[in-house]
Amino acid sequence: MSKPLKQVHLAAHFPGVNNTTVWSDPKAGSHIEFSSFVHFAQTAERAKFDFLFLAEGLRLREQGGKIYDLDVVGRPDTFTILTALAAVTEHLGLTGTINSTFNEPYEVARQFASLDHLSDGRAAWNVVTSWDAFTGENFRRGGFLPQDERYSRAKEFLQTTSELFDSWRGDEILADRQTGTFLRDAKAGAFVHSGQHFDIEGQFNVPRSPQGRPVIFQAGDSDEGREFAASTADAIFSRYATLKEGQEFYTDVKGRLAKYGREPQELLILPAATFVLGETDAEAEELAREVRRQQVSGATAIKHLEFVWNRDLSGYDPDGPLPDIDPDLGEHTVSRGRAQVRMYRDPLATAREWRERAEANNWSIRDLVIETGNRQNFVGTPATVAATINDYVQADASDGFILAPHITPGGLDTFADTVVPLLQERGVYRTEYEGTTLRDRLGLAHPDTVKAGERAAS
Amino acid sequence: MSSSLSPLHLAVALDGAGWHPAAWREPIARPGELFTARYWADLVAEAERGLLDFVTIEDGLGLQSSSLTEPDGRADQVRGRLDAVLIAARVAPLTRHIGIVPTAVTTHTEPFHLSKAIATLDYVSSGRAGLRVQISARQNEAAHFGRRTFPPFRLEDYGTPAVQEVVGDLFDEAADYVEVVRRLWDSWEDDAEIRDAATGRFIDREKLHYIDFEGPHFRVKGPSITPRPPQGQPVVTALAHETIPYRLVGRAADVGYVTPFDAGQARAIVAEVRGEQVSAGRGDELVHVFGDLVVFLDDDPAEAVARRERLDGLAGYEYKSDALIFAGTAAQLADLLEELASAGLSGFRLRPAVAGHDLPAITQKLVPELQRRGVFRQSYEADTLRGLLGLSRPANRYAAV
Repeated sequence: MSKPLKQVHLAAHFPGVNNTTVWSDPKAGSHIEFSSFVHFAQTAERAKFDFLFLAEGLRLREQGGKIYDLDVVGRPDTFTILTALAAVTEHLGLTGTINSTFNEPYEVARQFASLDHLSDGRAAWNVVTSWDAFTGENFRRGGFLPQDERYSRAKEFLQTTSELFDSWRGDEILADRQTGTFLRDAKAGAFVHSGQHFDIEGQFNVPRSPQGRPVIFQAGDSDEGREFAASTADAIFSRYATLKEGQEFYTDVKGRLAKYGREPQELLILPAATFVLGETDAEAEELAREVRRQQVSGATAIKHLEFVWNRDLSGYDPDGPLPDIDPDLGEHTVSRGRAQVRMYRDPLATAREWRERAEANNWSIRDLVIETGNRQNFVGTPATVAATINDYVQADASDGFILAPHITPGGLDTFADTVVPLLQERGVYRTEYEGTTLRDRLGLAHPDTVKAGERAAS
Repeated sequence: MSSSLSPLHLAVALDGAGWHPAAWREPIARPGELFTARYWADLVAEAERGLLDFVTIEDGLGLQSSSLTEPDGRADQVRGRLDAVLIAARVAPLTRHIGIVPTAVTTHTEPFHLSKAIATLDYVSSGRAGLRVQISARQNEAAHFGRRTFPPFRLEDYGTPAVQEVVGDLFDEAADYVEVVRRLWDSWEDDAEIRDAATGRFIDREKLHYIDFEGPHFRVKGPSITPRPPQGQPVVTALAHETIPYRLVGRAADVGYVTPFDAGQARAIVAEVRGEQVSAGRGDELVHVFGDLVVFLDDDPAEAVARRERLDGLAGYEYKSDALIFAGTAAQLADLLEELASAGLSGFRLRPAVAGHDLPAITQKLVPELQRRGVFRQSYEADTLRGLLGLSRPANRYAAV
């Protein structure tokens, strides 16, 4: 290999509200107290991670018409918690997931520009879309979008916020006491946007922030989502953390950049990944098995089966065999507010396959859900995990990983203490933060230096 | 508990370089730092050194303007600001006692988002969050959102039925907005998180509640995604100048800021607010009425007056305000505050004319003067903003008795 070694990017996903997060472990702390966020963020910064990542959901999940109570429930407001974390960290990037359906561009642009100012250039935005009336019931704009309009709204939303960020060039504030000139140009922030989803004009009231605009993340996986990312995003929060799937995704998305006049390094691919560390590889494997059992209680197993069956299965014994009845193929009504159910496009086939596997292996419902669920991506000694992460990055399965520990808030501690030094020894991971902004750390150019016309508009 | 409360409450209203439009031109001002965290952290730290109850942070969804109804196109005054809720979040972890009360516009924002933002501010400050609600009838701000329009209005038309109807409607919407925000804060009972390993349940969902709010402007289902904040109900405040906003204070606020120019006016305003409070069925609740004043504070009264005149000269016009503008010494201001307090005000929100000068004058001159007179606290007596204001932690409206 004559290729120079790629540098590994690492980020920390604050443990979320799904069953990856193990709250029943005695080591698990609060998911809402600020002290948990401080511990997690400061550990990530100690480990020289690029950024902390926060997911978002704007309606509590329901199953069978009731609020889902088996996973962690409850989270903070994204902008507020990230800005507070800017006070207790110095270098760590702050990435927030913010929905483009239940917000307005002027307000979101103000919030990201403010976060970027108040963190000295560490703001990033994971742009997501939704279309469900279920979530819309919490919002005055109510409503929702036809599914086929969600990307057009997201694109226009992002385009509109870009126009707002760019409405200040950065040199307007003169603040000359002698002449009494505060603004060089009284028209600073002027904008007009007229489009299908937004028709707004006026003056944006936050001066240009250190990064110009936040780093843009995108998480969609459809063909349309990939094009959206290739045309406009700085990074992708992807789901493909295995070697082969990662390489396919990486090749596919990076291959889409040229038609937008972009270079491969202008879009980072950062899959979400889980890990379990042990003294030996065997011990780590054993530990990983235990964690998977913690993640899938009997009650959780029944609920997960309902995602596929689309029926109330509460009468079934999680330690018994799979249901004989077939899934209900009608509109999905059992689970709401959860993206996961859309993964099962052919429930009959999935049910048939699962029954066969359960019978062949003598698995109970709980065994089946554990075995078909996600395995941790990186399992082993710190040396094994460091080597694997590096191999994956060098083999272009990704540019790094967004690590989601299963314990809050201490789940990153051991990784920071043991794996990071090994990556540093290999010369593939920073020993000091470079530059001053998140863009600097991700190797992304400041938007002002990107040549005009290089990016296609929407 | 109440016997140890400070007889008078003091807040400062932070806005850019100060409330005088030429404040930024003073040598002590830091106009180039208005968009940095350090600037705001320094101001709030100074307020906390003075044992103040809380700071408010001004905000708006458009550029500042010397006109109440439209942009003024001026380049000789501070223009541009950061989101107040986020400034509050940024300074909260750096302070320990002082309340932090950002402004939010109800007209164009989502109550669901704001409720969880203030709840989160309450978490990151360990129970020191508040909220100041404000409406906007400005056409230019409505155009930033493009979802509603307002008829043009001039200040001199304020009393006309058409304008009163628009304004009345916006304040009614603000009251509904606060109702939604408050219900969402209560939508989780305090002990909803159970972590019951035996049944695998993280929460007791019987202790989470749909709020099912329906009003003419919006409906909100709930529950919040954020658990009940440490104070249960963070402190809600509003500025009010006449009957319609007094009604909002009476219906929805814990603290109302009012703008009397003398003790007689103060007495009349307090009576009107109390009347609205009773009409809203809140007659037995503690609602503070604070007087708002712009202050120029110096050791020599002539110096304060001269400073005001000098700044007016720099601005090119005489700065006028909705609130009384005071220029004088700390002792004179203490006299005035005591006189106004005797008319029924329980505290004051002081607007420093020049932040860099008048805020330290408040904390280092006025506060010791009030302490000598025995009407201001000697040390922080509570850990939460509600505690400082003598407001108990309220029971959850949804909890079974």
